[in-house]
Amino acid sequence: MGDAMILSDLTQIKARELAARKKVVLRVCLAAGCMSSESKGVKERLEQAVAEAGLQEEVEVRGVGCMKLCCEGPLVQADPENALYIKVTAQNAPSIVAALKGGKAEVARTDPDAPFFKRQLGIVLANSGIVDPERIESYIALDGYQALHEVLHEMTPKEVVDAMVASGLRGRGGAGFPTGLKWGTVAKSPGAKKYVICNADEGDPGAFMDRSVLESDPHAVLEGMAIAAYAVGADQGFIYVRAEYPLAIARLQNAIKQAKQLGLLGSGVFESPFNFNIDIRIGAGAFVCGEETALMASVEGKRGTPRPRPPFPAESGLFGCPTLINNVETFANVPAIYRNGAEWFAGIGTEKSKGTKVFALAGKIKNTGLIEVPMGTPLRVIVEEMGGGAPDGGRIKAVQTGGPSGGCIPAQHLDTPVDYESLGKLGSIMGSGGMIVMDESTKMVDVARFFMEFCMDESCGKCIPCRAGTVQMHNLLEKILQRKATVRDLLKLEELCDMVKHTSLCGLGQTAPNPTLSTLRFFRNEYEELLQPDKFGPPGNGGPRESARTP
Amino acid sequence: MAAKTLTIDGKPISAEEGATILQASEEAGAKIPTLCHLDGVYDVGACRLCLVEVTGVPKLLPACTTTVAEGMDVKTDSERLRRYRRMILELLFAERNHVCAVCVSNGHCELQTLAYNHGMDHVRYDYLFPKWGVDNTHPLFGMDHNRCILCTRCVRVCWHIEGAGTKNVSGRGAQARIITDLNIPWGESDSCTRCGKCVQACPTGALSHKGSTVGEMERDRGKLEFIVLAREKKQWVTAD
Ligand SMILES: Cc1cc2nc3c(=O)[nH]c(=O)nc-3n(C[C@H](O)[C@H](O)[C@H](O)COP(=O)(O)O)c2cc1C
Ligand code: SF4
Ligand code: SF4
Ligand code: FES
Repeated sequence: MGDAMILSDLTQIKARELAARKKVVLRVCLAAGCMSSESKGVKERLEQAVAEAGLQEEVEVRGVGCMKLCCEGPLVQADPENALYIKVTAQNAPSIVAALKGGKAEVARTDPDAPFFKRQLGIVLANSGIVDPERIESYIALDGYQALHEVLHEMTPKEVVDAMVASGLRGRGGAGFPTGLKWGTVAKSPGAKKYVICNADEGDPGAFMDRSVLESDPHAVLEGMAIAAYAVGADQGFIYVRAEYPLAIARLQNAIKQAKQLGLLGSGVFESPFNFNIDIRIGAGAFVCGEETALMASVEGKRGTPRPRPPFPAESGLFGCPTLINNVETFANVPAIYRNGAEWFAGIGTEKSKGTKVFALAGKIKNTGLIEVPMGTPLRVIVEEMGGGAPDGGRIKAVQTGGPSGGCIPAQHLDTPVDYESLGKLGSIMGSGGMIVMDESTKMVDVARFFMEFCMDESCGKCIPCRAGTVQMHNLLEKILQRKATVRDLLKLEELCDMVKHTSLCGLGQTAPNPTLSTLRFFRNEYEELLQPDKFGPPGNGGPRESARTP
Repeated sequence: MAAKTLTIDGKPISAEEGATILQASEEAGAKIPTLCHLDGVYDVGACRLCLVEVTGVPKLLPACTTTVAEGMDVKTDSERLRRYRRMILELLFAERNHVCAVCVSNGHCELQTLAYNHGMDHVRYDYLFPKWGVDNTHPLFGMDHNRCILCTRCVRVCWHIEGAGTKNVSGRGAQARIITDLNIPWGESDSCTRCGKCVQACPTGALSHKGSTVGEMERDRGKLEFIVLAREKKQWVTAD
C-alpha cells in the first residue's frame, strides 16, 4: 500500500476485516492485570482447544485489552452469547470451547449486564476489551483513523481547535485545564517548529487508567495525537511512558510501526500536506517527571525537575518551542469527538465537566477494576452500585480521589457528583483517576502519613518548602501516630501544610498537604484522639512558641 | 525597549520590559530576601524566599523569575510573607547541620544573615542531624555537604560562566546532593578547571577555600558579575 493511504484503502481494510469475522469470538484479556495471572496461557490453550475441536473456521480467539473487572481476571468473553468467564485458567479454558458445542463450561461466570458494566459509558474505553491492540486493522474495523481523515481533508486547523473548544473537553491529567483553550494557545504561538507530547508518566500510587488505555487501544491515542498535531501545527510527537510499563511500551512501538507502514503517520498523511511522526521516550519512573516542565526537561535529556511557569509549554516548551502536552486519556477522547461531533460530546456529563472519566477503582470494595462513567455520576453509584460496597458487609468510611494530590471524601458526602467543581469544593480533586475506597478499619491519620511519605520520597528536592517541608510534615504525622505529639505539634503541622501549599514551586509540593488537610477537615477527631497532654498547658499560655511570629 | 510602570510597596516605578520584579524592586528600594538568586546567572526560582504578593493574583509569585507587567501592584512585605520566609529558613536550619559557631563563613553567610533579619531566634522543627560527608580531596577547595542548602548557585556558575560542567545535582528530595562529574571525589575531576567560581558563588560555608578557618571565608561576588558583564555587555568595569 505504501505511503499514499487514501480513504478507500481505509474502507477496504474495514470491509475485509468485517468479512473475515467469524461466527464466534472468544475475547481474552491481555492487559497487564490479567497477563499477570497467566492470561497468555489461557489464550494459547483456547486456540489449541479450538483447533482440536476443528472449529477454526467458526471461532476466533482474540487477544484484547482490559475488560475492566480486573479483580476477577483472567477474563474471557464469548460472543455473541454474551458470556463473561472469570478467573479462567489454562486447565479449565478448553471447557469454554466445549460449551460452544453444547457442553457445559466448567468456569465461573459473571453477569455482563451487572451494574458494574451497565453503568459504564465507553468513550475512552469504548474499544477496550473489543479491539485487538496489536493489529491496526482491528482498530480500523471499528472506524479507526476515519476522524483523522475527515479532519485533514474537511477541516482547517482553526476549525479543529474550535470544535475542541465546543466539545468542552478538559484535561484528564489532573488539573482539568480546558483542552480546546490549550490547543488554541499552541496553535497561535509563533514558531516554525512545534511539538505534541503525550503524558503517559502516570505515577499516582494505585492508578492504572493510562496504562490500560495504552495497552488496550494504543491507536486511539496515536490518532488523537495526530489530530492535535494538525490542529496546532506540529510535526513531531513524543509519548513519555514510564519504564515500569513494558507492555504498554511494546504495544505503542508496535502500533507506531503499523501506523507508519500504512502511511497514517509519517509524511503526507492521507495524501495531505500533513507530516507527523511519533517517538517514544521512556521515563525512569520519578513521579515528578509527570509534571509537564519536568517531563520536558527529561525528554531533553536533562535532570527532571520542574521550572517556574510562565513561560508555559504552549509558548515555550520542549527545546524552547511551543509545545502541546496532554494526558493519555485526553488524547484517547479525541477521535470519538471528531467522529461523533463536538455537540455529541458536550451533551454528555455536566455543565462544566463534559464527557466521561475513567477511574481505577481500588481499596476496600468488592469489585475492583477499571470504570468509565459520565461526569456527574454520584460517588454513591460508583461505590455502592458498581463497586458493590465494602466486602464482607463492612461500612464505607471515605473515598480517596486524586492520589497524593487529592483528598478523602467522607461517607456522608457520597451523593456528591463526580465532576471537577464538586470534588474541589470538598477539598479533593478529580485527579487523574485513582479512586481508593476505605472502610471503617482505615485509620485516616495513617492514610495522611502514607501519602505524605510518598510526596516526601518523590519530591525532586529543588525547592525548599517541598523538599524540607514534606520531611517535617511526615515526621509530625509519624509523631502523632506514635502518640507522642501534643496540640502544639498539630498546630505546627497545620501551619506547615499552609506554607508548603502556598510556596512550593510545582504542583507536587503545592498539593502534597491535601490528603492531610482533607483528613484534618473531616476526621479531625482521629488526630485529636492520638494527642498527648501538653506539659506547658494550652498554646498561647507561654511555653514554647507554636507559630512563626516575626518581629 | 518599552518601559512598564508598576507599583512596588506603594511606590510607583518604571522598569524595562522583561525585567524581573526582583530587578525592579532595587529601584524601588525594596529589599526582597533571596538565596538561590545570584547576579550573573539565570534564575531557577528554587528557594522561594523572594515570593511576593501581586494584587489580583491568587498565588504568590517568585520575584526572581516573574517579569514585570504594566500596572502590576506588588507587595514585597507582609505579615504572611515574613512568616513563610521565616519558616523556610527554619526548615533549612533543621535540614542539615548548620553550626555557625564553627563555620568558615560565620559572619559572612547569607543564610545566617537572613535568619538574623527574620528574627529567627530558634528553630521549631526537629533537627534532622543527617550524616553528610565532607569532600576535601581537591587541592584548593573543600565541600562540606552538611552546610549545603542546594541552591545550585555553584552548579549554575560552573556551567554557565565557567562552562566546565563539573558540578551537578544527583538524587532527589532530602537525598539530593551536589556532586562532582558523575559522582567522583572533587580532587579526581578532570573537568574542574580550579577556577573557584563555585566557591565565590556559595551563599553558605558549604564551599570554601582550603586553609580558611572559622569566620575567615569571605567571598568576592563582584568577580562573577564582572566576568558576566564583560562577556555579555562588553562592559569592562563594574558598576561601582
Ligand atoms: C507532580 C505532578 C505529577 C504529574 N503527573 C502526571 C501524570 O502522570 N500524567 C499526566 O497526564 N499529568 C500529570 N501531571 C499534570 C501535568 O503537569 C500536565 O498538567 C498534564 O499532563 C496536562 O495534560 P491535560 O491537560 O491533558 O490534563 C502531573 C503534575 C504534577 C504537578
Ligand atoms: S514542589 Fe517539590 S517536586 Fe516541585 S519543584 Fe519543589 S521540590 Fe521539586
Ligand atoms: S554548595 Fe553552596 S552554592 Fe552549591 S548548592 Fe550548596 S549551598 Fe548552594
Ligand atoms: S531567589 Fe527567587 S526563589 Fe530563590
